[in-house]
Amino acid sequence: MVKERVMVFSRFERFWHWSQAVLIIALMITGFEVNGAYRWLGYEQAAQWHRLAAWVLIGLWVFVLFWHAITGEWKQYIPTRRGILAVARYYTTGILDASVPHPYRKTRMAKHNPLQRLAYLAFNVLISPVIWISGLLYMFYNAWVHTGLEGPVTLGTVALVHTAAAFAMLIFFVGHVYLAAFAGKPFYAYLKAMITGYDLLYIDPAEDPCRDRRPTPPAT
Amino acid sequence: MIDPARRPPRRRRGTMAILCLWMLGIAAVGGPAGTGAARAADQAAPGAALTALLATPLVADESTADHTAYDELDGPFESGPEVTAACLECHVNAARQLHDTTHWTWSFDNPATGQAGLGKRNVVNNFCISVQSNWPRCTSCHIGYGWEDAGFDHTAETAVDCLVCHDTTGRYVKTPTAAGHPDPAVDLADVARNVGPTSRATCGACHFNGGGEDGVKHGDLDTSLIAPNFALDVHMDAAGLNFQCATCHTTGGHAVTGSRYAPKATDTVGIDVPGHTDETRATCESCHGQTPHEDHSKLNDHTDRVACQTCHIPAFARGARKTKMWWDWSTAGQLAEDGTPVTETDADGYTTYTAKKGTFGWGADVTPEYRWFNGLIRYTRPGEPIDPSGVVTINAVEGAASDPDARIWPFKVMRSRQPYDAGHGVLALPHVFGDDDTAYWGNFDWPKALEAGMRAQPVAFSGSYGFVETETWWPLAHMVAPKDDAVGCNECHTKHGRLAALTDFYMPGRDTYGWLTLAGWGLAGLTLLACVLHGVVRIGAAIRSRLRTG
Repeated sequence: MVKERVMVFSRFERFWHWSQAVLIIALMITGFEVNGAYRWLGYEQAAQWHRLAAWVLIGLWVFVLFWHAITGEWKQYIPTRRGILAVARYYTTGILDASVPHPYRKTRMAKHNPLQRLAYLAFNVLISPVIWISGLLYMFYNAWVHTGLEGPVTLGTVALVHTAAAFAMLIFFVGHVYLAAFAGKPFYAYLKAMITGYDLLYIDPAEDPCRDRRPTPPAT
Repeated sequence: MIDPARRPPRRRRGTMAILCLWMLGIAAVGGPAGTGAARAADQAAPGAALTALLATPLVADESTADHTAYDELDGPFESGPEVTAACLECHVNAARQLHDTTHWTWSFDNPATGQAGLGKRNVVNNFCISVQSNWPRCTSCHIGYGWEDAGFDHTAETAVDCLVCHDTTGRYVKTPTAAGHPDPAVDLADVARNVGPTSRATCGACHFNGGGEDGVKHGDLDTSLIAPNFALDVHMDAAGLNFQCATCHTTGGHAVTGSRYAPKATDTVGIDVPGHTDETRATCESCHGQTPHEDHSKLNDHTDRVACQTCHIPAFARGARKTKMWWDWSTAGQLAEDGTPVTETDADGYTTYTAKKGTFGWGADVTPEYRWFNGLIRYTRPGEPIDPSGVVTINAVEGAASDPDARIWPFKVMRSRQPYDAGHGVLALPHVFGDDDTAYWGNFDWPKALEAGMRAQPVAFSGSYGFVETETWWPLAHMVAPKDDAVGCNECHTKHGRLAALTDFYMPGRDTYGWLTLAGWGLAGLTLLACVLHGVVRIGAAIRSRLRTG
């Protein structure tokens, strides 16, 4: 097996990642203002921009879900226990020694290490859906308030869930920014990959005949 | 993108709507009738009346009759009832119609709360407190002649005062202390020949002067509304839509819609279509519907829980007049060394103290107070027990966030300190006005005044009295500001905002869960700290290994 510079993050993925990053930062800034953490734009502007950014993000995710379903890239997030301890050990102690290599061998169809898979899976199937469902309930409160759903569920409950999920997102954001932007070798390695799209991967020509500078095309 | 081809009809609809509104305004004015002048006993704003005369567009009198041509109205008339007798020769049912109205009976039974015996003649307030025993002064605002005591004959047809509502000359004035009879100087025949539709000035003759003086009682009604500009009230704007009171408070058979005792807090009927709805325009929704904000759907999301008035009346007493906010009866009775009653005024000429009434506080451009309100008001009636240890709410407005019929409403809250019967634990009812040896305003003797006043109700007086703080809640519906001046989102959706007192619901921008805020920021902070420490340890390790190898 050899290490080779390969296009890992396609143009679409990079577009998705960075526009999502901008949107989530905007949503956090406006959302925590609505939550009363500080006063900057004022409630009206903050809530307005928050709604706008939310709709753009939802629109983005419609494309993203479609893309993942069609390309099979969703498999990147299937969790595994194999090697998870080794990765955890690497990030706690191994990383301190420049001579210790990352224990995980990225390949084109398994570009995320087991910890990443777990974190991104949590982001994709836990934090995001909870935020969206609670956010849409928040936005369309008036449409369901008289349907009988209210009683067990109040606007306060919706806000509670939405805010809790937002804090989970904030915690993910802090950890992700640190690990993704500062924990490579050199420290900016992962960040660079997400900007340029290219990363060094282990390529096994026998196992992966379709290696290409584009994402694996769907089987025809 | 809106299809440009669809725009012209939309614009036409807008033009039609404006035309309809304009026509409504004209119909309501009904000619020079709309140019009536102030006749407040106080006469605080003669200038405003003049402005009204100049600002009101003159439109053709739409009446089919010319009252100046009738021999019956030639006069001379010696008294009000003589004029009424002449009116009734043609308007044969008018007096009987009026006899059925609250304007005439001053009595109201509210089936919604089950409280009977309300109405101006019965209830207690925290201004001059009580009508009974003070009749001639209070009934100067009755639409009748001669209500001098409890024995007034409410079936007398000629006792109805047609002129006080239908005068168009501005020269008809009721004497403030004469039980509804006009000033003897008024040329009754001249007024009678110039009758017409009601106007802001005629309704305002009483309703702008409630509480005994211009602007005292309501806060959203004073003589500034005789000729308001657009900024003061967008509908009554004398140079614009020029709505009269009856434009919204529609009438039928002399009954006027809208009620102080049973207000409509939520109008679910929406836009009033004749034959399909409740035949009144006395709510905002009657014309504007429930989703009036075309370009701001988020605002429409509020209309089920927030009254239109809450945002569109950002402050009351926004005109030329202040409104009374505080009245302390307990300080009344101070006489100067020479025995004359003490009077004090503030820099703007408003009375701040009189020996007759005590201490006053005034307010202009006052921010309302807000409460959930479902239209039910429960009164503390004469003789009903109070708790003198706290503030007594004389008219408790009902509603809560959990009540789907309630909306958040703006109120003027009138606060007073007034006498109560310390022995029986009830509000005291002083006899203040009258030429006798018990009236407080002549004798400054509380026990005598309370004894006489309560005997008139009758509510037994124990002989001991004290003073208790009271409040009355006055829902606001007038002085509707231009939309640019409406209350913005940020004034409520914030901590310590306008709705800070309403804590029974979750409001974004104001409410948070303290434990969640603490846990959320705490965990995020710990995560950040862990990352920073991790980074520092890594940098340390890198430096150490470099030193070792280097």
